[in-house]
Amino acid sequence: MAGTTVTPTRMVLKQLKGRLKTARRGHKLMKDKRDELMRQFLDIVRRNKELRCRVEDGLTEAFAALQVASSIMSPEMLEQALLYPRQSVELEMKFKNIMSVNVPQYSFRTKNDDPSEIYPYGFAQTSGELDDALAIMARVFEDMLELAQVEKTMQLLAEEIEKTRRRVNALEYVMIPELEGNIKYISMKLEENENSTKVRLLKVKEMVLKNAHNYS
Amino acid sequence: MLKIAVIGGRETVMGFTALGLAAFPVASPAEAKKVFRSLTRESEDYAIIYVEENLAEALGAEIDKYKDSPSPAIILIPGREGSMGLGLSALNAAVERAVGTNILENN
Repeated sequence: MAGTTVTPTRMVLKQLKGRLKTARRGHKLMKDKRDELMRQFLDIVRRNKELRCRVEDGLTEAFAALQVASSIMSPEMLEQALLYPRQSVELEMKFKNIMSVNVPQYSFRTKNDDPSEIYPYGFAQTSGELDDALAIMARVFEDMLELAQVEKTMQLLAEEIEKTRRRVNALEYVMIPELEGNIKYISMKLEENENSTKVRLLKVKEMVLKNAHNYS
Repeated sequence: MLKIAVIGGRETVMGFTALGLAAFPVASPAEAKKVFRSLTRESEDYAIIYVEENLAEALGAEIDKYKDSPSPAIILIPGREGSMGLGLSALNAAVERAVGTNILENN
């Protein structure tokens, strides 16, 4: 690891010190980003859990009501009643930026504003249970839309947190120790060179003095 | 204008047509795969795709592919037979992915 490829010169030392400084600053920033993402993520997870339970309960209820309706009406009648929808939903998607993650925000608009427009059939030939089932579904649908938004946000945040966490760890446990090791290696090597130069100079001085004054 | 799709068994999607969603009834997992592909790859009109839970297994690989892209959102919904808990387990998987361990398990 340390000192395998670095050349022990002052130039490289200076470069490495610069890189270490950048790495430290990057590490701090990434850590902050990770913490903030995590905070938001946990809020969203809680919301998601709540919504998911509500949607699942609501849909179960709706399907049960639909089951009742289909046992009262003949399947052909039921299908015919629902065959041609009078309502249609248009979805608009915007993006919101959470800590540089683009998450979708949905808003929907129904073509007909009248809430009773979800019943695409005449009331004469259908059972009241079908109306109930559709009313429940219409109610659940709003939660479903929010669930879609929250769940997608959660998935995207999870991905970003994973990435950031990896980066933080890579900086903390690989990059920074390696740079520190290299810096230590170079500064020790430089010191060693300096020492040996000093000793060599002392030796030379001794020899010169010996020659000049005939010291013993 | 974006649309919302629902893929599932005939009885499951039937109710959603009345709400104005685009419903795609499928009879088999293979058919679901085909429909799912045509909704995601060949068209960009669908921002949200609700998939019935019992088809999730067959579509697993396809669903995972869209996990990290901002659109479309693929959301599992329980089918007629009730919830299989796949939605919650997907939630737990995402938590595990982000945090490294499942911190929700005990509550």
